[in-house]
Amino acid sequence: MSGATGTGTTMREAFVATAGHLLDEDPRVAVVLAAISADVFADAARRHPDRVIDVGIREQLLVGVAGGMALTGMRPIAHTYAPFLVERPFEQVKLDLGHQGVGAVLVSVGASYDWAAGGRTHHAPGDVALLDTLPGWTVHVPGHPDEVVDLLRRAARTDDRVYLRLTNDGNARAHPVGAGFQVLRTGRRAVVVAVGPVLDRVLAATARLDVTVLYASTVRPFDAVGLRAAVLAADRADVVLVEPYLAGTSTHAVAEALADVPHRVRALGVRRDVELRGYGEPADHDAAHGLDVAGIAARIHAFTRA
Amino acid sequence: MTTATQFGYADLPRLLARLGGDEKHDRTALSTLDVLWVLYDRVLAVRPDRLDDPERDRFLLSKGHSPKAYYAVLAAKGFLRPEQLDGWTGFASALGGHPDRTLIPAAEIASGSLGHGLPLGVGTALGLRAQHRRGPRVVVLVGDGELDEGSNHEAIALAGRLGLDRLTVVVVDNSSATHGWPGGIATRFVVEDWATRTVPGHDHDALHEALTSEHPGRPLAVVATTEPARRSA
Repeated sequence: MSGATGTGTTMREAFVATAGHLLDEDPRVAVVLAAISADVFADAARRHPDRVIDVGIREQLLVGVAGGMALTGMRPIAHTYAPFLVERPFEQVKLDLGHQGVGAVLVSVGASYDWAAGGRTHHAPGDVALLDTLPGWTVHVPGHPDEVVDLLRRAARTDDRVYLRLTNDGNARAHPVGAGFQVLRTGRRAVVVAVGPVLDRVLAATARLDVTVLYASTVRPFDAVGLRAAVLAADRADVVLVEPYLAGTSTHAVAEALADVPHRVRALGVRRDVELRGYGEPADHDAAHGLDVAGIAARIHAFTRA
Repeated sequence: MTTATQFGYADLPRLLARLGGDEKHDRTALSTLDVLWVLYDRVLAVRPDRLDDPERDRFLLSKGHSPKAYYAVLAAKGFLRPEQLDGWTGFASALGGHPDRTLIPAAEIASGSLGHGLPLGVGTALGLRAQHRRGPRVVVLVGDGELDEGSNHEAIALAGRLGLDRLTVVVVDNSSATHGWPGGIATRFVVEDWATRTVPGHDHDALHEALTSEHPGRPLAVVATTEPARRSA
């Protein structure tokens, strides 16, 4: 099996390759599937028939089985399309993992609208906001396949509840993962937090602006210390969040981080006020939600001038 | 090793009384009492002083909404101190209206919302199999009304197809399912290639014989029939 890094590799391919290596290396690791991606895990399933479990198109069982395996000390990685991993079996996520006091790594594909033409049934812009109602979840939103490798390896070593949100979208290059937001650019007029795959668009949209740009491939826990330090170093306590899922998902975390600092927040993301009944390509949806370079630039310009 | 005081079956009414339960007025809650007693008295290989033994049998109470019988049997068998029964469901009590495994070491799962125990049991059986632990049994107790939840049928199908022969489900059937199970509960398991037994739910010897019957290569469903629950108007 080849390494998971390098150009041309998708996040899903990086995930499958890394999970395969983890199965080979660590007898605690198991992969639980619900038909999705079973084809690309076929080799791993032949090597580890007791640790690659395809439950079929049964998503409540997908999460319940992961919880049961965790109860025996295993480290399950449960994987399917985002709406069927987080939304359909949400009570299992709440009760079969969190309430039991056990963990798993949930790895989704599809993101907010990777398969734009698939329509609403296959879009999950609310996944991170939903998980945000539950305590104790680590949420990774990688922006590059190489980040997926590192984040999954770290997650497999713990017993934490971890959500790893993969997408076809992404940035030209990887950034180091780990605790805290990465400071990619410093400026005086605002602090812009770019989450995962929107980073390159944010950098393009702010190229001629005097702003700090922070990069977050991990949004929960939220790096309150890093945000606060960046805000206090700037001239104005103005924060722009750019998230590739529901707009404002992290606004409460910003408010908490800056509870004693008078500040303003502008939250960009997928619109909450409408169900966008369009198909097409992800770029069409980015434009409709103002998450393309032009939309991001226009709103950050307006905010920093106000 | 500490040895907790052990009680007999005849002591259960006294323990239940500490929970405010008596057989005359609490028939639904106590429909599980004999099954639980037989499991903890004669079937399960689990000890209060060895709750972290990876080779122990696992009992998962899925039907968590009537835990009095469960708590009473746990107390009788030394998994709870009898005084823990007093003041149950109080804010600081470890014993809630639904059991919480993080508060009661003897509880393998936290339950309450129906339809979660059997999928967790399938995962537990798969986790033990992946670790090559062929000894421990996984026994899940569900109610016939609980079987209405579709998640059970996801689990019944998979357990049968994978031949999880260390898994046993006990269905306490007090005819409480809203639309019933025409043809009987056992048929739902038979078509998924489970071994099945249907026995009177208060007959200790019959329960013991069914719960310890051989079922090579297949999971086992034991349907324990009890008096119908009173239907609310």
